[in-house]
Amino acid sequence: MPKMGDAMEEGTLLRWLKNVGEEVSEGDPIAEIETDKVTLEIEATESGVLTQTLVAEGQSVPIGTPIAVIGAPGEAVEAPAPAAAAPENGNVPAQPEVSAEAETTAVASAPAAAPPANGQERAPVPAPAAPAEPAAVTRAPGERLRASPLVKRLAAEHGLNLELIAGTGPGGRIVKDDVMPYITGAKTLPAAPAAAPETVAAPAAAPEAAPAPQVAAPSGRPAGQPRELSRIRKTTGKRMAESKAVIPHFYVTSEVDMDAAIAFREQVNAQVQDDESKVSFNDLIVKAAALALREFPNLNTTMEGDTLYEHSNIDINIAVAIEGGLIAPFIPDADQKSLGTIARTAKDLIRRAREGGLQPHEYQGGTFTTSNLGMYDVEEFVAIINPPQAAILAIGSITETPVVKDGRVTVGHRMKLTLSCDHRISDGAEAARFLQAVKRYLQNPMLLALS
Amino acid sequence: MATTRGSAKKRRADGPGDTNPDGVPVLERRDTEKLVGYYRQMVIIRLFEEASQRAFRQGKVGGYLHVYIGQEAVATGFLDAHRPGDKVITAYRDHAHALLLGSTPREVMAELFGKATGLVKGKGGSMHLFDVKNDMMGGYGIVGGHIPLGVGMAYALRYQGTDNIVQLYLGDGAINNGAFHEAANLAGLWGRDGMNPCLFIVENNQYGMGTSVERATAMTDLARKFDSYGIEHEKVDGMDLEAVMECAHRVAARVRETGKPYAVEAITYRIAPHGAADFLERYRTKEEVRKWRERDPIGLLERKLIDYGVEEERLEAIRAEAKEVVDDAVRFADESPEPPLEELYTDVYAEESVDASREASAARR
Amino acid sequence: MPVTTYREALRSAMAEEMERDESVVLIGEDIGVYGGTHLVTDGLLERFGPKRVIDTPISEGGFTGAAIGMAMMGMRPIVEMMTWNFSFQAADQIIQNAAKIHYFSGGQASVPLVIRGPNGGGVQLSAQHTHSLEGFYGHFPGLKVVSPVTPHDAKGMMIAAIRDPNPVIFLEAGALYGTKGEVPEGEYTVPFGQARIAREGTDVTLIAYGRQVNLLLRVAERLANEEKIEAEVIDLRSIRPFDEKTIVESVKKTNRAVVVQEQWRWFSVASEVAAILQEQAFDYLDAPVERVSGAEVPAPYARNLEQAAFPSEQQVIEAVRRVTYRARGA
Repeated sequence: MPKMGDAMEEGTLLRWLKNVGEEVSEGDPIAEIETDKVTLEIEATESGVLTQTLVAEGQSVPIGTPIAVIGAPGEAVEAPAPAAAAPENGNVPAQPEVSAEAETTAVASAPAAAPPANGQERAPVPAPAAPAEPAAVTRAPGERLRASPLVKRLAAEHGLNLELIAGTGPGGRIVKDDVMPYITGAKTLPAAPAAAPETVAAPAAAPEAAPAPQVAAPSGRPAGQPRELSRIRKTTGKRMAESKAVIPHFYVTSEVDMDAAIAFREQVNAQVQDDESKVSFNDLIVKAAALALREFPNLNTTMEGDTLYEHSNIDINIAVAIEGGLIAPFIPDADQKSLGTIARTAKDLIRRAREGGLQPHEYQGGTFTTSNLGMYDVEEFVAIINPPQAAILAIGSITETPVVKDGRVTVGHRMKLTLSCDHRISDGAEAARFLQAVKRYLQNPMLLALS
Repeated sequence: MATTRGSAKKRRADGPGDTNPDGVPVLERRDTEKLVGYYRQMVIIRLFEEASQRAFRQGKVGGYLHVYIGQEAVATGFLDAHRPGDKVITAYRDHAHALLLGSTPREVMAELFGKATGLVKGKGGSMHLFDVKNDMMGGYGIVGGHIPLGVGMAYALRYQGTDNIVQLYLGDGAINNGAFHEAANLAGLWGRDGMNPCLFIVENNQYGMGTSVERATAMTDLARKFDSYGIEHEKVDGMDLEAVMECAHRVAARVRETGKPYAVEAITYRIAPHGAADFLERYRTKEEVRKWRERDPIGLLERKLIDYGVEEERLEAIRAEAKEVVDDAVRFADESPEPPLEELYTDVYAEESVDASREASAARR
Repeated sequence: MPVTTYREALRSAMAEEMERDESVVLIGEDIGVYGGTHLVTDGLLERFGPKRVIDTPISEGGFTGAAIGMAMMGMRPIVEMMTWNFSFQAADQIIQNAAKIHYFSGGQASVPLVIRGPNGGGVQLSAQHTHSLEGFYGHFPGLKVVSPVTPHDAKGMMIAAIRDPNPVIFLEAGALYGTKGEVPEGEYTVPFGQARIAREGTDVTLIAYGRQVNLLLRVAERLANEEKIEAEVIDLRSIRPFDEKTIVESVKKTNRAVVVQEQWRWFSVASEVAAILQEQAFDYLDAPVERVSGAEVPAPYARNLEQAAFPSEQQVIEAVRRVTYRARGA
């Protein structure tokens, strides 16, 4: 099949114009072929006898395929092996750099062992305007972590968990200025309360050598067996240690008369049809605390390094016990939500916390935490502040107790609240007044419905 | 190709005039042996071109292929007047020019096949045949694009103090292109000071690809176009080798002497299609082709040689030997290796030390 | 060290080389008797005569092609494009012949040619007379393309271009012909393929070619004084061959880059710079590479429109703020 044009790759043999056994002269038309452009005749290139046709009418073959044999009369000829088809294209080698100057620096696959780039030796560039806020990590559901390539490299080099660092760049991108404080030590990381559902390159999870068994004590008692701490324990432990080490805690306790709240709750829940919306005591306390924080915004702040951040949003974390530890998802804008919404939100968070289905953005953040051990008959306890928040409210059980009312001894219901507070941010008087506010809302529960 | 048996009476025809109108001596007597040599050359060119067409159909030659079939007398005749140091430049129908200047059929065929042993290492192909040591300065694919280059080369030859000339070949298609007009104007302008020994050879083969001269050109007397640029001109029968040779010697000597450009319109015919893809040839009739075939330059020369007393058997032997030369070239090209892949990145830029170029420049002073 | 203008630097480069090497000739429109429309070749006809300083008719394709032919014969022509906007008439010769002859002749023929002339806009010459062609000619393998900004570089690169055995597209910053700078006495070259660090800094890398380099230097001053940002300014000056190393090393240091050019953004030098930086400095980038380019319109005539069509200091400063995330506080 001849190549009749520079782009032709195959042709169809339409019909033979000579028969096998016929004499042909050079230049005689012997077949009609069709290309993608035209139909045309092709000519014999030799004189002789058409001894064989190798391609049937209607058949398409690539150029270069033998289609006929012309030989001497009587000559027996075998069909030759198909001639080399269209020339193949050689493989083009991968293009080397155009410029002689080009350095073939491969994109770093592993962080360079060299010390960080020069820019980091300087103190972080002080922005003339204080960077706007939130240390609160707020990422929308299912949203990817966004960080500049530089930041990813630095995080890998310094063992920083980017899940815990808020991004101030566009779209929540974590940028150099966001991580530099953690590298220079000006800030410390808020610990991840629990293992996130997706894997986080938490440096704390770096495999360590299995702890060695304890050497037998001189007392001759059996040596202790080492047990690896779970990730949750490790991270919570790290955070709590940091919190205690850095924050000067002070504590204020107050007892609340819960009679009105109990009656109020009963009334409300009698009207509510679905179980999801039934209000718990914790829901009441969350709302009360949120409303009180409106009056005491100083306790709705966070301290990062030396900088105090104010928050207009009041997001209340509720501590939830889960297998292996503790996690504290928060209810955003708790002061603005109705009791029913708080109830539903809390139930959903708690359920998913126990199932391990919380997203990081649901627990990384919050401005104030409540922790309730009342279900375990604990009357009062003292909680450790959830950094970088200003305070945490520990809630005890509601106990029946004899009380004096209108001159007579009767059964009262009392609950103890203990506020742990950061003395860098607040002081006893303010803490006490805050607790008074919380009490006021709980002891006048109609106010909770009015916000 | 048609051949005729020699007539019984062997004539010696008269040769061309001894001097041209300006008194410049030309071919003093017919040199039959030389003509036999040229017969061999032209047959080789013809067979070479036919072989390259077959190779194209077999897929061994890619891209474009523009063959010189029918036009052999033009290049053969004009290059008879070539002296070493004269530069030759043409467009893409360039196989004949390369072969006549001394490139071997092997290396030209290998170039068509895209092999490492090709004339330009397989990096140019049919349209870019360069053999600088033989004064073959290419081989260009853009119609008209090479013409200003030739004019510049002519300037350089005078600037460098030589008496060499440029033979600048172009076609009837190119003569309508802007590049031609700008270049011809420069040639005429620089020629006033004797700074442009450029011989324009217009190979009028009647068609710019599929468009006849008549359909493409407002003023179809191509030689007269040079009037616009102050360049003198004439026409010649491009199918008659002897006529071309006579013209060539005369005009080349004149250009060499004066340093002024000159133009010759060689009337010829492209018996083959424009290129390998042009097989429908809708633009002309078979009748027309047949008529021109009667004036096939090789056939004409053959008849003349027989008239001049050359034996038919000798011509046949020449044809047989020419076929072997071409078959050998095809075999060589077939068996040659492709260029190594590293060759892809070589020759993009020239490396030359400043000193070498300065020395060369000083040597030319 | 003596101080001369950009124009004088070019002239002395050419004149000195013409003295040293007889094969160097000048070709162009009105370069001889008229002295050149920008007076770059003023006086050279008197000095070297009409065979070496050739006034041409208005036929860029013709005389550029002729120059290529001369170069193939071993001469070293310097062709002037009265402005680079006229080079489109010669583009076939430059792109199809000059750039490629060395390659498709298998190395047998070379084209030691310089094509030079004023490039770029900014003086209300409107759409057809305002192109900046670094990206256009930089696209073709086989050409070398340079764009000097200072008189020092103009002279050194011109001498290097004349001595280079390849076709060199020499894009002069037309708006800068009258600017002055220190130019050493005697013979020196500025090799191609090396960018120039015009100002050192640590906070952001600003990259440009042509007269925008001077704009960046002004911007860098303002950034330092007004915003305490220390910018590093890089003058690319050699487009092909291109110095990747300098810009990459700079961005590894500063983590941020803004590329500024007068020409349009699509398929431009700045786009290539951005690609190179993200390829070779990916893990060092704190923000995407920003490109500040001319408006995607043919250049307008009215002065205010033209100014708006070209990069301004303010645009560059805003880009710097974006890559340093300074905008968020505001």
